[in-house]
Amino acid sequence: MYRYDEFDQKIVDERVAQFRDQVRRRISGELTEDQFKPLRLMNGLYLQLHAYMLRVAIPYGTLSGRQMRMLAHVARKYDRGYGHFTTRQNIQYNWPALADAPDILLDLATVEMHAIQTSGNCIRNVTADHFAGVAADEVEDPRIIGEILRQWSTFHPEFSFLPRKFKIAITGSPRDRAAIRVHDIGIAIVRNAAGEVGYEFWVGGGQGRTPILAKKTRDFVAKRDLISYSEAVLRVYNELGRRDNIYKARIKIQVQEMGIEKFIAMVEEEWAQIRDSYLVLPEEEVRRIEAYFAPPAYESLPSVDPAFDAMRRDNRDFAAFVNTNVHAHKVPGYAVVSISLKPIGAPPGDASADQMDAVADIAERFSLDEIRVTHEQNLVLPNVRQSDLAAVWQELKRHGLATANIGLVSDIIACPGLDYCDLANARSIPVAQRISERFADLDRAHGIGELKIKISGCINACGHHHVGHIGILGVDKKGEEFYQITLGGSADENASIGDILGPAFAYDDVVDAVETVVKTYLGVRASEGETFLACYRRVGAAPFKESLYDAAH
Amino acid sequence: MSLKVLTANRLIDGAVVYLTDLGAWGEVLTRARVADTKEAGEAMLAMGREAIGFRLIVGAYLADVTRDPDGTLRPVKMREIIRARGPSVRADLGKQAEGRGLPA
Repeated sequence: MYRYDEFDQKIVDERVAQFRDQVRRRISGELTEDQFKPLRLMNGLYLQLHAYMLRVAIPYGTLSGRQMRMLAHVARKYDRGYGHFTTRQNIQYNWPALADAPDILLDLATVEMHAIQTSGNCIRNVTADHFAGVAADEVEDPRIIGEILRQWSTFHPEFSFLPRKFKIAITGSPRDRAAIRVHDIGIAIVRNAAGEVGYEFWVGGGQGRTPILAKKTRDFVAKRDLISYSEAVLRVYNELGRRDNIYKARIKIQVQEMGIEKFIAMVEEEWAQIRDSYLVLPEEEVRRIEAYFAPPAYESLPSVDPAFDAMRRDNRDFAAFVNTNVHAHKVPGYAVVSISLKPIGAPPGDASADQMDAVADIAERFSLDEIRVTHEQNLVLPNVRQSDLAAVWQELKRHGLATANIGLVSDIIACPGLDYCDLANARSIPVAQRISERFADLDRAHGIGELKIKISGCINACGHHHVGHIGILGVDKKGEEFYQITLGGSADENASIGDILGPAFAYDDVVDAVETVVKTYLGVRASEGETFLACYRRVGAAPFKESLYDAAH
Repeated sequence: MSLKVLTANRLIDGAVVYLTDLGAWGEVLTRARVADTKEAGEAMLAMGREAIGFRLIVGAYLADVTRDPDGTLRPVKMREIIRARGPSVRADLGKQAEGRGLPA
């Protein structure tokens, strides 16, 4: 894992001291709210419905046990004993007091954490594949350039006041688990014909009120050019992106309005001027960062552990857990374990301080001290020996963290919605809870197969509803909560934006509507192996529209 | 005009507060001062601006309420119901957990 050098620690420490003074001046009256708001947002501090909310950055979703334990400490000491893991691989605390915020940041700084780049119109915390470094099909660990991009983007003087926020996601595998097509910049690490590793750039993706998939701007950017090419994209956006209309300020609108060819031409022109400048990435610096992400000292193990195999055969619950929550590791004898933060009926992504401590303990004992946060609001133990899987499962079970539902109907993404968020129009969490309860029977859920439901409480789409196989968008209709259903979205390497099916459903009816969609799928799928998404792409919206709307009349 | 209360978030901790009859900022909706005319609403907004100047609160605005026959005030919009109670998904958090939520 990356460790701060003296510069990293210094800028984080200085930022804490600076923010402490800003908070002091706000409370003493030297700063008005209008003056203070942009300053607190630069430190991840929002004001929500019930309280302030602090969003803490987890760069490329990687944590050590010590860092996770600090997140538990913050939840316990300054908040209400829990935190909420987000679709940006970050964590949010829902109840901190303004007066405590500097102390929270001071505590976080002791474990190399902060809340920088979690808000504001800057380049946000870079996200990456949560299986980084352990996926068998990976070209290269995406966290290496995740860290390089972090160092480049943090406090970048030219890009601190962009037209709007800017999100970068990276996948090192052809199988995209980082949703790169719905980011401002998506980077896929690829190998060219000559066998060199470089970067495929996708630009102008995003969700919100205008969902657009990113378009490819370059098949191959060489390693040395990573920063100069990124800078060229940002410069074209910073200069021409719209600052007059917040709804048209994201790069996706700029790319759409000027057309991808013209946008690419402008980027190329800018790039030609800066490509061989000081922005060339020094090889020794790449190697220095690479060393932090060198594979840990894996043991040489047999590819199949007999005790694990026997347990899997004999224990049905364990077998179910392995089927959904355990994934192939690139090293023989090891496995990747997903920890579901979606127990049946619970708010998606929430973890108690005790659960965070438990995960920290388990990671230290069984996962070479590494934890990942996924954009699907779950956690991952990336380095578990096959022979330890049963023990890990038992430990997770003790803490309510072993629900075997990864990728299934109850593994739902949901934004905080109107229960917490100042922007929301409708609640998201209770809709997720009710769907999860409706499909509580895991045998039934396994029978349904892979199905990604994603729920947003407003058009800003933090709950990724546009790319849900079933997407649910909460809207306000004359003071009542209604929910619009979209089908066929996907955030993977075959990304698509979901289709709106028809009129929205009332709060009390939306779970029935989802069940109708699921039953329709079960009725029309070609075989048990045809996933919901594949089936929808084959049959289209018609049978679903018919069962949802025609049958009722 | 529909009945309105003046609500805001307290600066120091962000807690939901309401302007009370006594001119203070209380955490319980049921004791909020109620405006039933445009002028009364504007007078409350002026008090809100003053409280913002005194660094007590952030972002004061008028919210619609109704009054039960027994005098209990109830927010109209779901957003205000949730602010007055706490998250609908966590009865153990917010005003509802502290005995300061809305009457059932």
